[in-house]
Amino acid sequence: MSIIIDKPSRVVVQGITGNEGRFHTEAMRRYGTKIVAGATPGKGGQQVQDIPVYNTVFEAVKNHGVDTTIVFVPARFARSAIFEAIDAGIKTVVVITELIPQKDAIEFIDKADKSGNVIIVGPNTPGIINPSLRMHVGVMPAHVFKPGVVGIASRSGTLTYEIAWHITNAGLGQSTCIGIGGDAIVGLDFIKVLEMLKDDEETKGVVLIGEIGGNAEELAAQFIKEANYPKPVVAYIAGRLAPPGKRMGHAGAIIMGSSGTAKSKIDAFARVGVPVAEKPSDIPKLLAR
Amino acid sequence: MKLFEFEAKEILRKYGIATPSGNIVTNSNQAEAVAKEIGKPVVIKTQILVSGRGKAGGIIFADDPAKAQKVASKLIGSTIKDCLVRSLLVEEKLNIAQQFYASVSIDRQARKYVVLASTEGGVDIEKTALAFPQRIARYWVDPATGFSEHNVKSMIAKFDNISKGDIAKFAAIIGTLYKVATDYDAEVVEINPLAKTDSGEFIAADARIIIDDNALFRHPEFQESLRVDDTPREAEARKQKLAYVDLAGDIGIIGNGAGLMMATVDLVNLFGGRPANFLDIGGGAQAEVIKRGVMLVMSKPEVKAVLINILGGITRCDIVAQGIVAASNEMPIKKPIAVRMIGTKEEEGIQILRQAGIHSYSNMEEAIREVLTL
Repeated sequence: MSIIIDKPSRVVVQGITGNEGRFHTEAMRRYGTKIVAGATPGKGGQQVQDIPVYNTVFEAVKNHGVDTTIVFVPARFARSAIFEAIDAGIKTVVVITELIPQKDAIEFIDKADKSGNVIIVGPNTPGIINPSLRMHVGVMPAHVFKPGVVGIASRSGTLTYEIAWHITNAGLGQSTCIGIGGDAIVGLDFIKVLEMLKDDEETKGVVLIGEIGGNAEELAAQFIKEANYPKPVVAYIAGRLAPPGKRMGHAGAIIMGSSGTAKSKIDAFARVGVPVAEKPSDIPKLLAR
Repeated sequence: MKLFEFEAKEILRKYGIATPSGNIVTNSNQAEAVAKEIGKPVVIKTQILVSGRGKAGGIIFADDPAKAQKVASKLIGSTIKDCLVRSLLVEEKLNIAQQFYASVSIDRQARKYVVLASTEGGVDIEKTALAFPQRIARYWVDPATGFSEHNVKSMIAKFDNISKGDIAKFAAIIGTLYKVATDYDAEVVEINPLAKTDSGEFIAADARIIIDDNALFRHPEFQESLRVDDTPREAEARKQKLAYVDLAGDIGIIGNGAGLMMATVDLVNLFGGRPANFLDIGGGAQAEVIKRGVMLVMSKPEVKAVLINILGGITRCDIVAQGIVAASNEMPIKKPIAVRMIGTKEEEGIQILRQAGIHSYSNMEEAIREVLTL
């Protein structure tokens, strides 16, 4: 079993002809992901590593039956690229692009919601990986991950790899890892991922990697309590030392006034009995408990 | 990006919202002249980008031009809430009959713009929410169909302290704020207080606009460098397009990725160290960028040792290692470095560092323990 991506998923890369698109297309393919087409306006007819490139996602859908897209399109063109993907009938949209205006994100997430069944992962996400299926729609260093039982949902990229590395070294491995994105406005959130992982047989425990800014962690804690969540959950929160008002690298990581602090999030998890790791290396121990 | 009050008010005026008569000044003689022109008691407001300036002495009333001159000469060049006061807004003092509140901001959770309207203005809206929940209306705007003045009207009509004649006026101002928010890609547009004067006119007594940094390419008229409250080293980093933040301790920290950076800062603190600053080299950085970054972090006098934590995905360890070695060769004052480096091209990177006499760890906690002994 798996969530969001599955063995039959057929992937189109939007922005395949750019440097990043090219580089990660090769890496994803090497891992095992079925990348069957690329789309870049004006570059139709070209090939990237023998993958056909089309001007539009419509053509990729028509000719290859793609159902998933990974978006590397530059921020200022991302909105129209994602609108096009949704209009073409794509069901899973993984938005790697960072620095997308929030108003644009609001608009394409709203469109996805109203289209029914369309999942937006990100923006500013490292993507999704399922090590046992060897499916990777993202930009993660795949060698850090090993097949296993831990599901991870995270607002960060490299911190996810750090924690996955500890989980791998502890011999637990991962079922599915999802970066929900480092921006203030993201599509898929912690709660939806928790719901999916709940029914995922592969997943025996869940790690939530949060950080300062917003209240996604507080809401996740509330959900865990109200849903009487059946699997063990462990959390890690980055940014305990962050000064208020400073943007800590991620657009979403900013403390506004008294809200969004690490303390508020840690307290919220503690109140519902979710252990919060002090160090990334403590996570395997807390999971094993 | 935060706009100054006077800039926010310029935008509101452009959209037909009234603001108090007045002008922006940079010295006390100008302040006197503006007060004379207004010919009434004035309010003198420091133009700084932090909230709470009123309580900190940054908003002062003056009854006549001579007093305005005196107040201005005291405020200009002073420091309020750690911000240097460079300019003042001198405006007529309003005769306020009732204070309203209106804002349009991005709701992260709902992923929509949310309108907040209240007949209790002039105080923090969160305080109003506790004291007068029945006098706040919240309205989430559908991104596809846009703002509905009808919805807002029916919500504010329910307030127990709004006169019938004010409902349409207030709703129209809120509609205009939504237009400003979307036209300017704002995270927040707020009028607090929105003053209803003795004569029944609605005037934006104070205004706040924050523009989404990611959308600045659509608004080139706002020069980022002029307004941010950066430290000098943060300003230099911004020029070089490096993500750098100053903190108060003595350990310099460099890493890749915002989340891992924050976790590294937290761990250094947990292990008893005090981070002096941190730099996120981002994904896929080139050796030259890394060199400049390492030098920037080291150049802070308070930094006595540097911790570098790299988990290479898109970022290549060999390239990072080249940058580190180049920086330590070029630095006039040598400062000790502890490195943790794993991921893409790890062996090559470790080799480059070893030749330069720098040891690297695979576990970040070991590297942190090491840097704390340096």
